[in-house]
Amino acid sequence: MEYFLQQLINGLALGSIYGLVAIGYTMVYGIIGMINFAHGDIFMVGAFIALIAFLILIAIGITAVPLALFLVLLIAMLLTSLYGWAVERIAYRPLRGSFRLAPLISAIGMSIVLQNYVQLAQGARVKTLPPLITGVHTLLDLGNRFVVQISNIQILIIVTTFALMTGFSWLVSSTSLGRDMRACEQDLKMAALLGVDTNRTISLTFLIGAALASVAGIMYLLYYGVIDFHIGFVAGVKAFTAAVLGGIGSLPGAMLGGLLIGLIETYWSAYFSVQYKDVAAFSILIIVLIFMPTGILGRPEVEKV
Amino acid sequence: MSAARTENASVLSHALKDALLASIVAFGLFILLLGFLIGDARGGMGLTQRPALLASVIGIVFVGRFLISLLYYNAPALRAALTRAWTAILDLATQYKTALVLLVVAIAIGWIFFAPAQWPLVVMLVATLLVGISLGFSAAFLVFAILFPVAFYDNPYYLGIAIIVLTYVMLGWGLNIVVGLAGLLDLGYVAFYAVGAYSYAIIAQMYGWSFWACLPLAGLFAAFFGILLGFPVLRLRGDYLAIVTLAFGEIVRIVLLNWVSFTNGPNGIGSIPRASFFGIPFNAEENGFAATFGLEFDPTHRTVFLFYLILALALITNWVTLRLRKLPVGRAWEALREDEIAVRSLGINPTNTKLTAFAIGAMFGGFAGAFFATRQGFISPDSFTFPESALILAIVVLGGMGSQIGVAIAATVMTASFELFREFEQFRLVIFGFAMVGIMVWRPRGLISTREPTAYLKERKTISVEHVAEGRG
Repeated sequence: MEYFLQQLINGLALGSIYGLVAIGYTMVYGIIGMINFAHGDIFMVGAFIALIAFLILIAIGITAVPLALFLVLLIAMLLTSLYGWAVERIAYRPLRGSFRLAPLISAIGMSIVLQNYVQLAQGARVKTLPPLITGVHTLLDLGNRFVVQISNIQILIIVTTFALMTGFSWLVSSTSLGRDMRACEQDLKMAALLGVDTNRTISLTFLIGAALASVAGIMYLLYYGVIDFHIGFVAGVKAFTAAVLGGIGSLPGAMLGGLLIGLIETYWSAYFSVQYKDVAAFSILIIVLIFMPTGILGRPEVEKV
Repeated sequence: MSAARTENASVLSHALKDALLASIVAFGLFILLLGFLIGDARGGMGLTQRPALLASVIGIVFVGRFLISLLYYNAPALRAALTRAWTAILDLATQYKTALVLLVVAIAIGWIFFAPAQWPLVVMLVATLLVGISLGFSAAFLVFAILFPVAFYDNPYYLGIAIIVLTYVMLGWGLNIVVGLAGLLDLGYVAFYAVGAYSYAIIAQMYGWSFWACLPLAGLFAAFFGILLGFPVLRLRGDYLAIVTLAFGEIVRIVLLNWVSFTNGPNGIGSIPRASFFGIPFNAEENGFAATFGLEFDPTHRTVFLFYLILALALITNWVTLRLRKLPVGRAWEALREDEIAVRSLGINPTNTKLTAFAIGAMFGGFAGAFFATRQGFISPDSFTFPESALILAIVVLGGMGSQIGVAIAATVMTASFELFREFEQFRLVIFGFAMVGIMVWRPRGLISTREPTAYLKERKTISVEHVAEGRG
């Protein structure tokens, strides 16, 4: 029982990270109907930028954890969103109106570029961050073998994720930018005719998606303390699975899907086998796409001629 | 006069502004990732500053963007000049065709006269050129491939590269059936390659069957996996299908990695039996190839044999594809690529059509895998990762989806340059990623060659087929 609860907490923390990345997939898919294959690598770039920012702050003597964390969040969100913008500008914008597989192939190219660029710039070895946030709280201790604990990092991850989700939902539902985004999602051409600056809206969508991915990258970095240039690939596919599971195009769906994937992966590793945890996540992707292609909260897609 | 000068000045200032903006963005992008190097466990913790690297990269961005802007604003004049030069060259070449041929032969005779040892190379080049002039590009390519081992018999390094190139040509042609003809984006093609390689390795080791008995089996197994994957997922739309095939490829790799009792896990399978010359092994023994044919033993015999083996396999792939394209199923593939809804409304079963494409593409992947296993003698899951799939896909994309000769050229250029510049592994991958983006932006139907559907209604169409495919119909 304690073991089960402990895995629940671990799964929620992991799922929050996936959820943040999944939002980027789901937003881009909602607006321009493409899978931004490079999004997982944007997440990885965010983690690297955050790591460098942390090390710079430590080097210049800012060691107070809350301040450092705040500054790193700021820097990483800013610089990573620049990457999101650049990727959209270089690889996707010229392809609007091209045939349907073109953006995906271009995105695969961009993903290869980002991975190898980071490997070139920072080397292939894993990079570590000494644990900054320590401390655990015991939630439940029945005197058995297991104690249910939640660490401060896990609290931080879950709280940050939910704060960002709330803020982001507000942005989509109640600001003029959010209205533009929803208009573009419904009908890009019509929105443009009615005076929505679609290019700007799409760029901003990429910016926001990348910023959220960079937060996920920071959380990943703090949680595991180890990153390399390759983390984006698997995390990206899993976050995409989360977006599909929740119903692609739906924001609450992305979060829900992220949490579900995090929980499934954690329980699979806890009760079955760690080696096959990726197989579990990938199989879910295949099964969901076959039996429930609209996901849990998605709308059915009408194919138009 | 003065108007022209103001125009020039405005072009210059535009270009400068562009370049300045680009370098500001570049500064934001690169300040942390290139400006600093994170230390790791071996190199000591902490950061190293790299201002020189950062400055030079931003400088390159500035200059590059400036030049591109200048070119862009002067594009029409430049393009006209280039077109004129190209037509002039072509005109000259057609006008003096005979003279050109004679010149080539004269140079060749002179070359052989001064360097008699290089005659195979000269013969190959001349034959290629002459065939190219008279029969066209594809024939020249074929002649070049057939004569390649003759010219480079003494150079096992080049022969080795040529074998790798041909393996990728075959893989490209195999994937071309799926991606180029049927328009299904398959990101997990390497899974079928892996299935072929492992089926050959395991069957040959467990039952001692020969390469020639295993080859069809490897193809069958791969085709079976193609159908296995295909059945459930082929109802999916293009990009979903791509992600699912990617997931499938990863699942196959993870299973190979973790099913230690069957595949020996990450250590791979070693000492896989080598291919024999239809039962005659390539060794120095009494019953070996050299002794049987009265030759002196030479390890290159096997390399040359492998070269012709993969050449034959690739040509079979090509031949089958060309034939299939004329059959109803091939026509259905191409129609499916152009417009799935139209195909469905004409009574063609899209699922079966897609399944055959998947199975046949996978089968050729399996053949190539079996060849890979017998050439290497050692396989491990490391050879079947996602970048490998992406490389094969890039070959098909760059070559022009659906075009056979385009894929062959793309495979040759890419794998040969990859092998020759092995030291610059990451650079070449960055360039290769940008190339994929660039192709999609400028020549979405392929850099080298484009292929229109084999058959389509030429009259009374209001919109061209190309526009329908691009979603404008």
